[in-house]
Amino acid sequence: MNGFVYLKDVVTLELDREKCNGCRMCTIVCPHAVFAIENKRAVIVNRDLCMECGACEKNCPESAISVRSGVGCAAGIINGILRGTEPTCDCSGSGGSCC
Amino acid sequence: MKEFFLTGNLIDTVPQVSTVWSKRDLWETIKVRWSVGRMNYKVKPGIYAIGQPSEDAPVFVTGNFKLSFDHVRRALAGMSAWLLILDTKGINVWCAAGKGTFSTKELVRQIELTNLVQIVKHRKVIVPQLGAVGVSAHEVKNSTGFSVIYGPIRAEDISGFMKAGMKATTAMRAVTFSTWDRLKLIPVELGYGKKYLILIPAIFIILSGLNRGGYSVDLAYKDGLRSVFNLFVAYLTGCAITPVLLPWVPFRRFSLKGFLVGMIATIILAWFRLLGSTLLEIISWFLMIGSVSSFLAMNFTGTTTFTSLSGVQKEMKTALPLQIGMASTGVITWIVSKFILL
Ligand code: SF4
Ligand code: SF4
Repeated sequence: MNGFVYLKDVVTLELDREKCNGCRMCTIVCPHAVFAIENKRAVIVNRDLCMECGACEKNCPESAISVRSGVGCAAGIINGILRGTEPTCDCSGSGGSCC
Repeated sequence: MKEFFLTGNLIDTVPQVSTVWSKRDLWETIKVRWSVGRMNYKVKPGIYAIGQPSEDAPVFVTGNFKLSFDHVRRALAGMSAWLLILDTKGINVWCAAGKGTFSTKELVRQIELTNLVQIVKHRKVIVPQLGAVGVSAHEVKNSTGFSVIYGPIRAEDISGFMKAGMKATTAMRAVTFSTWDRLKLIPVELGYGKKYLILIPAIFIILSGLNRGGYSVDLAYKDGLRSVFNLFVAYLTGCAITPVLLPWVPFRRFSLKGFLVGMIATIILAWFRLLGSTLLEIISWFLMIGSVSSFLAMNFTGTTTFTSLSGVQKEMKTALPLQIGMASTGVITWIVSKFILL
C-alpha cells in the first residue's frame, strides 16, 4: 500500500501451495495485495505488507493459508500483558480504522 | 421507538431508511469523532430497506455502529437495496471483525432471524471486504446457502462496484491511509490522554514548587506552568505530529519516529529557553519528552492500517523497556535538579 511498510521479515504468514485450488479468494479479501495468482495457484508476492489480519486464512476454502492473526496495536499488547491474555484492544469504534 | 433516520415502513415489518444525512446525523457524526457519547451510537440490528427494493434487490451487510450504517445508506442513494445490520455492539466493521462480533456466526444468525430467504429470491449477500477478517465465506455458504460477495472497502465505492457488475477494482480492495485519514484520527488520538489530563499536570505543578530552601508557591506556578507546557508538547508530538508526518519521518519503528520528532521539539523548546536554566533539568526534559513522544507514537500502531502483531511485538520488546527507563530517569533527574544547581 502506497509507501507504508512496517518491519521486515516478521510476519507469520504461510501458504501451502500444494493445497491451493486457485479460487482467488485470498487475493480478494487481502487489503494489502499480499497474494497473486501464478500458474493457477496463489503465491505470496508482498510478504512484508501483511498486517496479520487473518482474512485470507479465514476465507481459504482449502485451509492452505495460516497466519497468527491479532491486533497490531501497542496498546492492545500492553492490555494483554496486564491482563495476562492475548493482545486485545479497547477500541470502541472510531472512523474507518482502529486497532 | 421511531428513529429519526427512518422514513416509513415497507411491507409492514421492514423499516425504510433515508439516504440523505440530516443535520442531526451530521452533528452526531462530529460528536462521535470527538468521542462524545461514542459508546451509545448504535442502530438496531436487523433488515432495513433503501428505496423500494424488490426480491431481486442486492443485500448489503454492515455492522450496527451508526457511522458505518450512515456511510452505507448514504452511498446507496438512488438505489433500491436491502441493508442487513449485524449486531456488532455499536463497533465499526473492521474492529468488530477483529473482535469476533462481526462474524460468520452473527451473519448466519441475522440471515436466519430476518428470514432473508423469504425476502429475496437470489442467494447473495454483499459484505464489506474488511469484514472478511471475521467472516468465512465458505462457512456462511454451507450453513445458509447464501454466497458472500466481498464488496469494496469504502462505502463510497459501492455504486462503482455495482455498476461494474459486483466487481471491485484493485484500488477498491486496497486499504489506504492518506494524510487526510490520519488528520481525521487526531481528535481520537488526543482523546486517549483525557484520563491523565488533570492528574499529571497537577503532580508536576505541585512538585515544581520544591527547591533547596523548602517550598515555594511562586515557583510552583512559574516552573509548573512551563513544565505542563513541555509535557503538552511531548503529548502533541507523539499523538498528533508524528502520526500526521508518518510517511516523511525516517525509520520504520514508530517508537523511533516518535523519539526523533520529540527530540526535534525538545531542541526547539531549548532554543526558547523553556527547558529550564540548569543542565540537569535540560537533560531531564530531553529524557521525558523523548520517551513520552516515543511511547505515544508507538501507540499509534493501533490506529494504522498496516502494522502486524508480530511486528509491533518485536518493536515493543526493545522499545518499551527503553521508554520506561528513560522516562523514570527523566523524572528522577528532574526532581533532583530542583535541589542541585548544576
Ligand atoms: S484462498 Fe486458498 S485455495 Fe483460494 S487461491 Fe487463495 S490459497 Fe488458493
Ligand atoms: S493476514 Fe491479512 S494482510 Fe496478511 S495476507 Fe492475509 S489478508 Fe493479507
